[in-house]
Amino acid sequence: MTRDFGVVWEHADRLVEGLLNTIILTLVGASLALLIGSLVAILLMSSSRPVRLISQGIVDLMRCIPFLMLAYLAYYGLPSLGLNLDNWTAGLFAIVVYNTAYMAEIMRSIWIGLGRESIEAATAFGFRGPRLYTRIIFPQIFLAASPMIGNQLIQIIKDTAFLTIIAVPELTHAASSIQSQYFVPFAAFIAAVLIYWALCMLVEAGVFVVERLAEVRR
Amino acid sequence: MVEHVGSTNPECVLDIRGLTKSFGTNVVLDGVSLTVERGKTVCLLGPSGSGKSTLLRCVNFLEKPDQGSIYLSGRRIGMREGGVIPMSTSELAQARARIGMVFQHFNLWPHLTVLQNLIEAPIHVQRRSRDEVVAEAEMLLERVGLTDKKDVFPNRLSGGQKQRVGIARALAMKPELLLFDEPTSALDPELVGEVVAVMKTLAEGGSTMLVVTHEMGFARETANEVVLMDGGRVVEKGQPSEFFTNPKTDRARQFLQRYVSA
Repeated sequence: MTRDFGVVWEHADRLVEGLLNTIILTLVGASLALLIGSLVAILLMSSSRPVRLISQGIVDLMRCIPFLMLAYLAYYGLPSLGLNLDNWTAGLFAIVVYNTAYMAEIMRSIWIGLGRESIEAATAFGFRGPRLYTRIIFPQIFLAASPMIGNQLIQIIKDTAFLTIIAVPELTHAASSIQSQYFVPFAAFIAAVLIYWALCMLVEAGVFVVERLAEVRR
Repeated sequence: MVEHVGSTNPECVLDIRGLTKSFGTNVVLDGVSLTVERGKTVCLLGPSGSGKSTLLRCVNFLEKPDQGSIYLSGRRIGMREGGVIPMSTSELAQARARIGMVFQHFNLWPHLTVLQNLIEAPIHVQRRSRDEVVAEAEMLLERVGLTDKKDVFPNRLSGGQKQRVGIARALAMKPELLLFDEPTSALDPELVGEVVAVMKTLAEGGSTMLVVTHEMGFARETANEVVLMDGGRVVEKGQPSEFFTNPKTDRARQFLQRYVSA
């Protein structure tokens, strides 16, 4: 068994490469999902009923598609529409689409609880449009939503593992290729599990920091 | 009817004419007219539900009046000149930035420090230079006695301190007119004094103020004019010395009796 872990250690560079891809996919995917999700949240909170209904419908649809199905669609399905994405881009696309819906829902739920006082004051002081969102509304939402966003980040980290099925060279893919090449499944997968765990702890630490910032800003 | 272009009196900062507002079938304002001259303090008194807060909120179009007109220093608010076409959101935002507002529940921005609350709108709405705004904000904090709290977040302040920040935040906009919407109603009784004291110095310093309040002491000592509202109408207005000692209407007498006995 120790020998197995030795084998994995010898090929640690492949795990590191996989880890880097996992991290990049997570960070880029989460950032884009957060950004687009914010815009969708504005639609979800629109004063126009048709806008609300249509955006809510799309968000609900996205949340009901299994992530794996989205990954398949992005990689195998989109070429039928003339859109050929490489594995990595298709994987990122699936992550962004899927998580945009969740992020938008998270932000909407916080937005509703925000209370109209601070927004009303901003309106009275001449804030409107983009500046009202970027200066007054979203800073408060992000602070209050940090535990939920952190949770979603952990979800994204884990979801990237699915992308091995469309051959994205992320952490699970790396572990899988080491085990199949050297027949050390237990050691290879346990190593990957430990790395995933460490990654999630990092996210938790980040959430802890943001939560302390948020506490004094309520 | 001839549409007036502003007021004929250049000293008139706020000129409200024939304002009406209903929520559904509930008539909240029923033809209210009111003026506030430069440097004067007008107190709006009246029982709850008499429409005073709604009137105040109509002045900066937080509520949209149904009819009537509002002029700020001779310029129409909410509608373009002529009174037929509503202002665009950007025109309305510019107009609002000329009016300072102090809220019953303070409505500070919780994610910003005290100093940041003061400089936020001057920098990001009025687009003034940061250095200039910060220097002024620090002077304002000194005026309301909160220099030592400038880097503190609002939730660490007492109600009285929050409201003094609220007042300083409104002043930082260099407004032509200050609106106060029951500024002491949410405060513990022992904290009312510090806020009223700040408002008095403002009134005496020549700020133009329209104040909805239940603080009869403030109205009596500080106001240049008191306006009693009831059922969405102005029932009596006059100088405080007249109004409090020798009210002309029965409604005013009733109202004052309740407050004197309470």
